[in-house]
Amino acid sequence: MSKRRVVVTGLGHVSPVGNDVATGWANLLAGKSGIGRITRFDASDLACQIAGEVRDFDISQYISPKDARRMDLFIHFGIAAALQAVADSGLDDVAGLDKTRVGVNIGSGIGGLPLIENTGVDLMEGGPRKIGPFFIPGSLINLIAGHVTILKGYQGPSYGIVSACTTGAHAIGDAARIIQYGDADVMVAGGAEGAISRLGVGGFAAMKALSTRNDDPASASRPWDKGRDGFVMGEGAGVLVLEEYEHAKKRGAKIYAELIGFGMSSDAHHITAPNAEGPARGVANALRDAGVNPDDVQYVNAHGTSTPLGDANETNALKLAFGDHAKKLVVNSTKSMTGHLLGGAGGVEAIYSILAIHNQVSPPTINLVEQDIDAGCDLDYCANTARDMKIDVAISNSFGFGGTNGTLVFKRV
Amino acid sequence: MENIEQRVKKIVAEQLGVPETDVKIESSFVNDLGADSLDTVELVMALEEEFECEIPDEEAEKITTVQQAVDYVTANLK
Repeated sequence: MSKRRVVVTGLGHVSPVGNDVATGWANLLAGKSGIGRITRFDASDLACQIAGEVRDFDISQYISPKDARRMDLFIHFGIAAALQAVADSGLDDVAGLDKTRVGVNIGSGIGGLPLIENTGVDLMEGGPRKIGPFFIPGSLINLIAGHVTILKGYQGPSYGIVSACTTGAHAIGDAARIIQYGDADVMVAGGAEGAISRLGVGGFAAMKALSTRNDDPASASRPWDKGRDGFVMGEGAGVLVLEEYEHAKKRGAKIYAELIGFGMSSDAHHITAPNAEGPARGVANALRDAGVNPDDVQYVNAHGTSTPLGDANETNALKLAFGDHAKKLVVNSTKSMTGHLLGGAGGVEAIYSILAIHNQVSPPTINLVEQDIDAGCDLDYCANTARDMKIDVAISNSFGFGGTNGTLVFKRV
Repeated sequence: MENIEQRVKKIVAEQLGVPETDVKIESSFVNDLGADSLDTVELVMALEEEFECEIPDEEAEKITTVQQAVDYVTANLK
């Protein structure tokens, strides 16, 4: 039996570079950074005082203020991206859509950290009676999926994957398999994060994982550059509508790309330090699942977080997985502009990979002034300027704490 | 200074996301104003906050209408 094919028919996105897909994509191609000094709270006593904050976002465009008050920010972002994606796909206009065959898998790496932080303070200051009844449903990771199913009446699978910074890629890959397996015809899938709070930034800063280039935020995320000194936290959500190919064709849906492969692996090495074999195996698994050869791939949307170890390691992993062809790839980090959306990264970066195919162009990796050749970062990272190029097959890499890896493979249709 | 009834109605409207004009003295939170069980818990917390009092759970369960909320606050306001 041949596998059911899965195509992408809708995109939705809220990120530091734009609160809809078109704005975000235009800013990426223009090389605009979404990173700035933290405005949401007083960060003056933190080692890291910069982040990619989502700006001018209005949740009341999507849900009532009453409902919105009862959810943490990551759920707002997830719902907004999901509703954008559904609207883009035209699913709402499909007469007789079998909603028992439509599901949702939208994950988050950390979930409602700001709400947990604030409720913790309420508990300490006012005792247990000050814990609100919406604390739990407002911070639970799978509640993005829960709300989307309730809002849209979708009665298929409803869940959210949690795998740190691989969350979004895992959610999309797993959702595609739900369709391939026959459990659903349509899946709304992606990742979301809203963890820019004192506890969140302070936590990553305590690991020395964050850039401390506080005096020049726009240049702080600089993957593969010699001056990189850690990642910059971002926030937002990226959500796709995945659809079984015949289902999409029958209704005349616009098809952005086909999701032809998904691969996973574990480093089995260290909670935070990466190794090259793990991600390389994830990439190889994805290419095998896609049924393509390494030299069929032109574009890599890299994990590329701007950490000293991670960037060099991913380069090594790509060389292991692609061999000589690694030199011919364009390896791009959109995190140079968005920062690292953690559980949302795989979601927005899947969208950027799809748009790279759809528009035959790679966004730039900005702030790449002095490529870190000494550390082995000697691939083509599409430095500083977007590039028109032929892209038939693109991959999107995501790696997470715990040593968990995921790679998605998209193909031009 | 607004009276107790006005203050209660204002909080009910805010918490339940309904126009203040829909909130009548006889309105039932669940039957008339669309509240669910979690909404009513949060509403009682908001009343406690506004009137700086503590409403024990067994009393809170009996407050199901605007009138009952006004009566409780009036009887227990310090």
